Amino acid sequence: MPKDGGIGASSKRREDVRFLTGEGNYTDDINLRGQAYVFFLRSDIAHGTLNSVDTSAAESMPGVVKIFTGADFTEVGSIPCGWQVTDRHGEVMQEPRHPVLAFGKVRHVGEPIAAVVAETLGQARDAAEAINVDISELPAVIDMKQAVKEGAPKVHDDLTSNLCYDWGFVEENKAAVDKAFEDAHHVTTLELVNNRLVANPMEPRVAVGDYSRGTGDHTLYTTSQNPHVIRLLMGAFVLGIPEHKLRVVAPDVGGGFGTKIFHYQEEAFCTFAAKACNRPVKWTSSRSEAFMSDAHGRDHVTKIQMALDADNNFTALRTDTYANMGAYLSTFAPSVPTWLHGTLMAGNYKTPLIYVNVKAVFTNTVPVDAYRGAGRPEATYQLERLVDKCAHELGVDPIALRRQNFITEFPYATPVAVEYDTGDYVATMDKLEEIADISGFEARRKESEAKGKLRGFGVNCYIEACGIAPSNLVGQLGARAGLYESATVRVNATGGLVVMTGSHSHGQGHETAFPQVIAEMIGIDESMIEIVHGDTANTPMGMGTYGSRSLAVGGSAMVRATEKIIAKAKKIASHLLEASEGDIELKDGAFSVAGTDKSVAWGDVTLAAYVPHNYPLEDIEPGLEETAFYDPSNFTYPSGAYACEVELDPETGHVTIERFAAADDFGNIVNPMIVSGQVHGGIAQGIGQALMENCSYDSEGQLLSASYMDYAMPRASDLPFYTVDHSCQTPCTHNPLGVKGCGEAGAIGSPPAVVNAVLDAMRSGGKSVDHIDMPVTPQRVWAAMNG
Amino acid sequence: MYNFDVEKPTSVADAVKALSRDEAQPLSGGQTLIPTLKARLAMPSVLVSLSGIREMQGVRLADDGRLCIGGGTIHRAVAEEAKPHYPGLASLAARIGDPAVRNRGTIGGSVANNDPSACYPAGVLASGATIVTNSREIEADDFFQGMFSTALEEGEIITEVKFPVPEKARYEKFIQPASRFPLVAAFVAKFSDGVRVAVTGASENGVFRWTEAETALSANFSAKALEGLTLDGGSMISDLHGSGAYRAHLVGVMTKRAVLDLV
Amino acid sequence: MTQVKMTVNGKAASGDVEGRTLLASFLRESLGLTGTHIGCDTSQCGACLVHVNGEAIKACTMLAVEAEGADVKTIESMANADGSLNVIQQAFQDHHGLQCGFCTPGMIMSASALLKDNPKPTEAEVRHYLDGNICRCTGYHNIVKAIMAASGQDVSALAAE
Repeated sequence: MPKDGGIGASSKRREDVRFLTGEGNYTDDINLRGQAYVFFLRSDIAHGTLNSVDTSAAESMPGVVKIFTGADFTEVGSIPCGWQVTDRHGEVMQEPRHPVLAFGKVRHVGEPIAAVVAETLGQARDAAEAINVDISELPAVIDMKQAVKEGAPKVHDDLTSNLCYDWGFVEENKAAVDKAFEDAHHVTTLELVNNRLVANPMEPRVAVGDYSRGTGDHTLYTTSQNPHVIRLLMGAFVLGIPEHKLRVVAPDVGGGFGTKIFHYQEEAFCTFAAKACNRPVKWTSSRSEAFMSDAHGRDHVTKIQMALDADNNFTALRTDTYANMGAYLSTFAPSVPTWLHGTLMAGNYKTPLIYVNVKAVFTNTVPVDAYRGAGRPEATYQLERLVDKCAHELGVDPIALRRQNFITEFPYATPVAVEYDTGDYVATMDKLEEIADISGFEARRKESEAKGKLRGFGVNCYIEACGIAPSNLVGQLGARAGLYESATVRVNATGGLVVMTGSHSHGQGHETAFPQVIAEMIGIDESMIEIVHGDTANTPMGMGTYGSRSLAVGGSAMVRATEKIIAKAKKIASHLLEASEGDIELKDGAFSVAGTDKSVAWGDVTLAAYVPHNYPLEDIEPGLEETAFYDPSNFTYPSGAYACEVELDPETGHVTIERFAAADDFGNIVNPMIVSGQVHGGIAQGIGQALMENCSYDSEGQLLSASYMDYAMPRASDLPFYTVDHSCQTPCTHNPLGVKGCGEAGAIGSPPAVVNAVLDAMRSGGKSVDHIDMPVTPQRVWAAMNG
Repeated sequence: MYNFDVEKPTSVADAVKALSRDEAQPLSGGQTLIPTLKARLAMPSVLVSLSGIREMQGVRLADDGRLCIGGGTIHRAVAEEAKPHYPGLASLAARIGDPAVRNRGTIGGSVANNDPSACYPAGVLASGATIVTNSREIEADDFFQGMFSTALEEGEIITEVKFPVPEKARYEKFIQPASRFPLVAAFVAKFSDGVRVAVTGASENGVFRWTEAETALSANFSAKALEGLTLDGGSMISDLHGSGAYRAHLVGVMTKRAVLDLV
Repeated sequence: MTQVKMTVNGKAASGDVEGRTLLASFLRESLGLTGTHIGCDTSQCGACLVHVNGEAIKACTMLAVEAEGADVKTIESMANADGSLNVIQQAFQDHHGLQCGFCTPGMIMSASALLKDNPKPTEAEVRHYLDGNICRCTGYHNIVKAIMAASGQDVSALAAE
């Protein structure tokens, strides 16, 4: 029987009602009295010397309030980077200054050069066209391998080269890894590209700055996944506003997928300009603007090799990756190809020796940073494509080869510095084989062939790391922040609770799922619990939502705060019941004395806390409100196995996804409905990456996929129903809920299965190719079939 | 968008008068024009909305057997109303863009714009339709003059398109996955006296007739007749989504599939 | 500036607009009906979908002055008279057909237009009808399921969770 409430119940989402009726409150829905609008004049040149920006004609245009250029921002700080990577030689990464508005040079198409604040957006844009920008164009560096060659044009003149860092991991293992390759019975090599993507949350970014001369208070409304992080980065590093004079509000946010983690120039600009213009200043990104100003994702070029012994055991793995940083370092960019990628290279396999090299490269492109999965999809894609290639080279079944090399004992310390606490890769693969109906595949292949189509089947496994932690470790790895989470639980006199969490919900359903946890702990109805998030003025300092961390880290903070609440409530109950505290039990919303029929209801205890007439005032304070900060001792490691079945039209090269199955292990599950939804969405993004999406530049640095006319977003007709299962559950051992993370798994686990299936379909048509790069577009398939 | 005035005439005569203003441009549904204006790629001083002109709307079968579609008729109306008379054309209209686009976009707007990747020009050209304007009639073969270029004069409005109805016809399209416009599409129309094949999405010169295929199919209306026929990829559009060679190949596939559907 | 008058959600509405003012901007900025969202500038995402004289229209690709005299319905009018969710909205909640909620108004308006024309659509018909509505969160699985459920079809066997 499905539960009807608490942990494990598919409670319907309460936030849906406002979204379904048009009553959501997104940042662009906020309009402040006296608000002016900003339009950013952006560079249409990828690389050039910015000789002058002449605003004189524009300033007298109708409606213009004020025009800003890079010269207005020379006194403010650089847009900061939140992670410093140390390279394999012990040197810290090269870190360029990142101005709010371009000064001296432009370094990518879309970089803001000037900003016009005007009475209407139309007037702002009209005036922007009257700004005279003089740029001397310089040769652009777009290709990463060209960018690091001697004599290549430099994106940043004050850096020694375009190489941000040359990272080796684990450097001490390199010699042993190379030796294992020399001794190998078989070596499989694969070169591949992890295509550059644009996250494309459906809500474009928006920022509204406000300032009160009366109080000196700044407020920024912004489309952010982590308002406290923005407050800290922008306040402390860019604008020099102390946190107590700066409030950042991220109201309803229409999806993030990583790209709304980062602190962007437009946020700093609107905050700055609101004070300079003494009126609210609003910026709403258009979609086309988003393509050239939202941080992009992925963009790795990799060579990966596996060494195997005579029994097909993996003996060593090495991988060389070029990772595109774009023109500047976005907030968490340096961590993505390193700590979020290299540490995952063991995957689900007991490969004893691993060495990862990553060269991060500056190019004249939009900055690249975390996008759903961030580093882990890149690791999974390389490894799972490589394992499939091994299997074909050795003539063994790809599933059997995986099973043979699975890690089966936990905890397991990988050779890439992380320790998996729990997992059962055999169980998820067994489950996958069942739900993917592998036994029926041959019959389905024959049906396809009868229609003149080819059918292919592909699988992959994945391991992912969520809730990156603990803070003292990530600090050593270069994080310039802690990675804890916070919660304040406020119990009202009449028994209802409000949880103020540092996590942020932008589609994940926290407002529904978090109360399920507390309802379970106290034994009260979920409707008695409300979640408050997204406003630095009324939530404790929190690090926000990314990396599938909300429940594992934020939920744990909430559990810890609730445990403190219960402990205090038991004290009050023991007083009311005249019993010893140790004998008090909480069940179904009532405190009772063990072994007696004496009890007092939750609401009576909460009332006593706030109306302390009969209350142990000498022992405890009145009131019932607690805060906890939770800093996990380790990541959590969800894992799973995915299968994809494709049909390929050999005449056109068009590939359709016919079936997709996902067997995930997310540990304990709070709301299965929401978890399934997260997996569905992740799979769709993974299929999008595998078949359709590609952010493409030409050699001059012009963005070719600059709108939905050329960047292919998956639509309903491109996708099937998915079969997802999360009944394999090995609970996380180090958080109180035993939960892992489910937000990114779908995007991490799906691309290799799709590509493996396409190659299988091609083989069944008599065309055996080693690899085909994503996106596997009809043209690429056709070319490969006819190559 | 730059700002502009909007005129909303209710007759063709008033529309023609309005279009004589400086930098005036017709707005006939706007499903392509409005996004173009948003990107500030056009700067009209006045837009003349043709949506309110009743005499330019509707689908009717003329006495001579031709299917006459008012220039202001939305795609959805063609999809529904042309179906009993010319199902091949109705099916083309039913697959343009998406449902909301079909509720607003018009045949006149599409044909006048002559986007090299639009659907309608293929149907119009393969049908050998006649484009009727406020001042004259133009044969389809003379009308389409290259990418975004037509025989229309400044201020001339498409009031109607008259389609000879073939014995059978089929439009096969292969979509560009981002825009959902055709990457390549072929319209095959079989008349009693011969076959016409028009191709959109493929050529640098916009919609064109594939005359070799027409000759072959007129002699023998079967997929076999197309075997060995190839197009030169060098004159085809080459972009992110498909090389010229790939497009040239797809023309053959789409044409073949249209024929297979009809035999 | 030109004055436009239309009926929006059953009530007379008017305002001064420029020629270039889009219906979506008029609804959002002049009338404060912010449930109609703007997610792109190439007329593809469908977040702005409204009904004009009963038909699905992208409000970002129609000038406000062209809606003069029209009967416009937005997401704000879709709930039942007592404020409860209508059948389609309820199905979206029941089947988790939304996550961040940004595309949702357009999805509901699109689904409503579909079911008016085609009361019992197949899965393929639903998917094709949604060609002009982009969702980035759900992978469409639960949207398609919700629309089929709203049409009264049994969706329990459609796909395993």
